[in-house]
Amino acid sequence: MSKPVLILGAGSDIARALAHQLGAAKYDLYLAGRNLEELQKDARDLEIRYAIKARGVYFDALDFASHEDFYDSLETRPYGVVLAFGVLGDESLARSSREQWEKIIHTNYTGCVSILTVAANRLEQAKEGFVAGISSVAGDRGRAANYVYGSAKAGLSIFLSGLRNRLHGSGVRVITVKPGFVRTRMTRDLELPPRLTATPEQAARDIFQAITKKRDIIYTLWIWRWIMLVIKSIPEKIFKRMSI
Amino acid sequence: MLVSNWNNCPRVEAAMRSFRSQEEARDILGQTDRCIPRGLGRSYGDCSLGENIISTPGFRRFIHLDPAKGILECEAGTSLDQILSVIIPHGWFLPVTPGTSRVTLGGAIASDVHGKNHHLHGALGRHVLDLRLLTPQGHVLVCSKNENPAIFQAVCGGMGLLGLILSARISLMPLESVFIRQKTIPAYDLDELMSFFDSHHQSTYTVAWMDCLQRGRHLGRGLFMHGEHCRSHEAPQSQLIPPGCKGISIPFTLPFRALTPAGIKAFNSLYFHRKSRRTGYEISSIESFFYPLDALANWNLLYGKKGFLQYQFVLPRSTSRSGLQKILQHINSFGQPPYLAVLKLLGKGQGPLSFAQPGYTLALDFPIRPGVFSLLNALDRVVQKLGGRIYLAKDARMKKHMLWEGYPRAKEFVELKKRLDPENKLSSLQSRRLGLCQNPY
Repeated sequence: MSKPVLILGAGSDIARALAHQLGAAKYDLYLAGRNLEELQKDARDLEIRYAIKARGVYFDALDFASHEDFYDSLETRPYGVVLAFGVLGDESLARSSREQWEKIIHTNYTGCVSILTVAANRLEQAKEGFVAGISSVAGDRGRAANYVYGSAKAGLSIFLSGLRNRLHGSGVRVITVKPGFVRTRMTRDLELPPRLTATPEQAARDIFQAITKKRDIIYTLWIWRWIMLVIKSIPEKIFKRMSI
Repeated sequence: MLVSNWNNCPRVEAAMRSFRSQEEARDILGQTDRCIPRGLGRSYGDCSLGENIISTPGFRRFIHLDPAKGILECEAGTSLDQILSVIIPHGWFLPVTPGTSRVTLGGAIASDVHGKNHHLHGALGRHVLDLRLLTPQGHVLVCSKNENPAIFQAVCGGMGLLGLILSARISLMPLESVFIRQKTIPAYDLDELMSFFDSHHQSTYTVAWMDCLQRGRHLGRGLFMHGEHCRSHEAPQSQLIPPGCKGISIPFTLPFRALTPAGIKAFNSLYFHRKSRRTGYEISSIESFFYPLDALANWNLLYGKKGFLQYQFVLPRSTSRSGLQKILQHINSFGQPPYLAVLKLLGKGQGPLSFAQPGYTLALDFPIRPGVFSLLNALDRVVQKLGGRIYLAKDARMKKHMLWEGYPRAKEFVELKKRLDPENKLSSLQSRRLGLCQNPY
């Protein structure tokens, strides 16, 4: 493999679409996640379609202790790392169940810190590459409907921002991706406004461009940047009374 | 959600579910009482419509490609254009291809599609080495000419009623270049047009366009086209270039009828005379030869909101001539010409519900207008009397008896379905309309 990209949470719809974009651009790929059998099939598919090398590898975001070994066991050091795992969780259940809020926090935040800490150190040594983390617009402001999820994503956004600051000048770029609504399995039970909802392919295109065009923070769809600007600018006094 | 197939008629409320793995497909089948698989929705009519739809295009991985032997295995939701973009650079082509590449492999097998080479190479089913079928009871059966042969035959052309095709292994056709050497020959009447199919029987690809508005001595006037793959030394450039399909898209349904009968008449004449003047061979690309309409994405919207109907039938050789004549006369007296008429000579068919039988097939596109259904009923009577049949993948309206008389082996199919699907889990609007879910006779 040459200059492979490691996709963490490669079974997610956005990650799958992104893998096709990266494959078409001739990046070799590691597809990491828990469903190894399906990831191996995905890898074979990408190899046939794009004449690249792709491999499925087992990765559990919640098994923090395994992360360092996992990363160092990859045959070829990744050139780029895409962090695409995450869980929406059941926000109302999280009010009463510790198990639920722990799952949301640990998947969307702690697990990210754990694996990206390893990845950042290795990339820094190599003096090149990128980290692209998929956060969320939900991390831009706390809302009643999803503040546990939102707070974990806010943590991830801040972590990525700090990492970008630390690695600036080292040759390693850090990209924060903030998707708004995306029509995926994660959101399949939600009613989403069609005009504000991206397909996984649209989101993947935006992420791919951010990787190749050296952007820092992107929103996908782009309109979410302006939507969140407005939402963030509402004074808390008023915002707390609103239900949006 | 509201779903319709390519001809936008009928439009029905349906719950659509997609899957990414065999396990998910099995779960969906297990949880649903009645459902029908659907690919990219390029069929015309209601054969893949019902209250519950299992959508296959999310299940589209390549499983194996043997570039030396030309054998490809992929999941059933893979579209033919994706397959082409992968196999052409390796020097291979689809052994059979319908008039659009925007169909899934599973859908193409379930309709046992034919191409312009049917007289030599048969329908797609003939080139399927084996396939994996998820039965309504949740078993995965490997089917081929040797393994479960009766099921294999019936699944090809079986309209997704026997099980969900999960994946298939097909043998490919070697290709030296991405160009086709084609020739167009004008035919001034029906006899001449039909005779060209016999005199060019050795040509790999043959098809004819017909001007349905001609009467009298010009009845059945048309253009006969035949083509061959260019050998590498004949091609303009010898390298193999994957087709890049960049189409023009029609962004909305046209609020008016794009073409009037007078307009079609003028177009037909212009087209006939322009093409007739070109003698000799032309070199065209694979895309423009096989998929001319794919360049115009959403061309179906040109027919307006109500949609259109495609009427495709095949008549046995012995009755083709008189039958086509009668049909053209009916169309002429109706006064609303079809927008498109394509004639093709077919060879032998295979499965119990496969469309092909030796004889001429004509495909006609009619916009939905008052009277069109009664015209088609009249055409049905001609087709039925002469021992012909209608293509299930293009059917939105035929009556039950047309199927049972046109497809003598339908009974065999229904018996097999009873065995594989005793609870009638898989059923479409079409299968219920035609009585394919239970034996009516």
